[in-house]
Amino acid sequence: MSFEVPDDRKYLESHEWVDDADDTAKIGISDFAQDELGDVVFVELPSEGDDLAAGDEFGVVESIKAVSDLYSPVSGTVTAVNDALADQPELVNDDPFGEGWMVEVELAEDSGMDDLLTADEYREQIE
Amino acid sequence: MTLRKPPLRDVHAAEGATFTEFGGWDMPVEFDSIKVEHRAVRDEAGIFDVSHMGQIEVSGPDADALMQKLTTNDVSELGHGDSHYSMITDEEGTILDDTVVYRLPADHDAEFLFVPNAGHDEQMHQRWTDHRDEWDLDATVHNATDEYCMYAIQGPDAPNLVNSAAEGSVSDISKFEGRYVEFAGADCWTARTGYTGEDGFEVIVPTDSAEAVWDLFDCQPCGLGSRDTLRMEQGFLLSGQDFDADENPRNPYEAGVGWTVKLDTEFVGRDALEQASEEGVEEEFVGIKLVDRGVPRHGYDITDTDDHVIGEVTSGTMSPTLSEPIALGYVPTDSSDPGTVVRVVVRGQSKKAKIASTPFLSDDQ
Repeated sequence: MSFEVPDDRKYLESHEWVDDADDTAKIGISDFAQDELGDVVFVELPSEGDDLAAGDEFGVVESIKAVSDLYSPVSGTVTAVNDALADQPELVNDDPFGEGWMVEVELAEDSGMDDLLTADEYREQIE
Repeated sequence: MTLRKPPLRDVHAAEGATFTEFGGWDMPVEFDSIKVEHRAVRDEAGIFDVSHMGQIEVSGPDADALMQKLTTNDVSELGHGDSHYSMITDEEGTILDDTVVYRLPADHDAEFLFVPNAGHDEQMHQRWTDHRDEWDLDATVHNATDEYCMYAIQGPDAPNLVNSAAEGSVSDISKFEGRYVEFAGADCWTARTGYTGEDGFEVIVPTDSAEAVWDLFDCQPCGLGSRDTLRMEQGFLLSGQDFDADENPRNPYEAGVGWTVKLDTEFVGRDALEQASEEGVEEEFVGIKLVDRGVPRHGYDITDTDDHVIGEVTSGTMSPTLSEPIALGYVPTDSSDPGTVVRVVVRGQSKKAKIASTPFLSDDQ
């Protein structure tokens, strides 16, 4: 089975993605991760204004069969939260790189973006 | 430990199933998606490979006596082709396993077939033979688990599907009745029983016909994931999770299945259960619905509104039918009335919840 891995993102080994952006970036989980989890039924996210540190837990995603912590790929401040996931957590399954995004952050100066996996490196990891 | 495999393990893998260890067996947990499979069973039909369930045959002149003394329900009420749900208890009245007991047709070699849970077949075979010898009864106990597959075809369309697949009609088989029916030329024990709350059948198939019979059913293949969400919506017990002789010892009255205990029969654990029946129990198995957002899971604490721990979730999920978080667990009897406000501690956060009646689904769901 092949999974979508967009080239315009960077990835954590724990399967979160981040837009490869200059100032603000969206974060979500990969197609591979949503498939491994199965039907997502609940997503717990931080609030706007919260500071995230690269590599730290920032929330939880739950499927019918499993609970999984979410790790932030980058450091920054949360500027938006995808409220649609409260009522439609299945968006994470249906469109993990689009409508299933989780938070948007304003990147810190030393965001850690350069330490992340490229799309090619991430593809290699999940193959 | 080497996992036991259902005979169609490789066929399921080729269909894209993912697998999980359950009771020492390597079983399909998901073919498509738990939600899709769950919905198929509630709306149409699905087929489960439940070959991990044990198959113990009991025969001989004292088969009735042996079954009566080792199960809590009254086997003398069973005519040929009838079945019932029953408990297997120890001297203290603690549930060792729950099972369906079938009295087979008169022309069959064995008098009874009963179905222990996954991984319990050897233990129950041993229990039956040890007690037979101790009580000097003339009965043969045969562990046939590896000789058969077991399929559950469940859902509102299941009767039509089973009728179409069978060589002969099964429509006149009533709930908890069974008979031998040919499928793909194989003689299969076919009973109107199941574990989803839907109409449907369980078909016990000789292993050499496993694939031919599986292929007769053109409906959604389902794994243990949806089997679990379906049974939770009904409030049905899962052995090893909602009760466990070692880790969560419970008697049938606590577990809400006191109706399977017939105190006018003699069986192992009867005296202890008579006492429990007279004195009442301190804790009861209840349904719980979360009011706050979150997903309750096995092992989470249940507290009162003052945050005192009063119990533990034994099973929990997000109900695919209701889209609501539901749980099962034991609480003190003075907190067990439906509507009682309690709390469930979900990953360190106390969430408001209410005791709920089971089944969680009403008839029109």
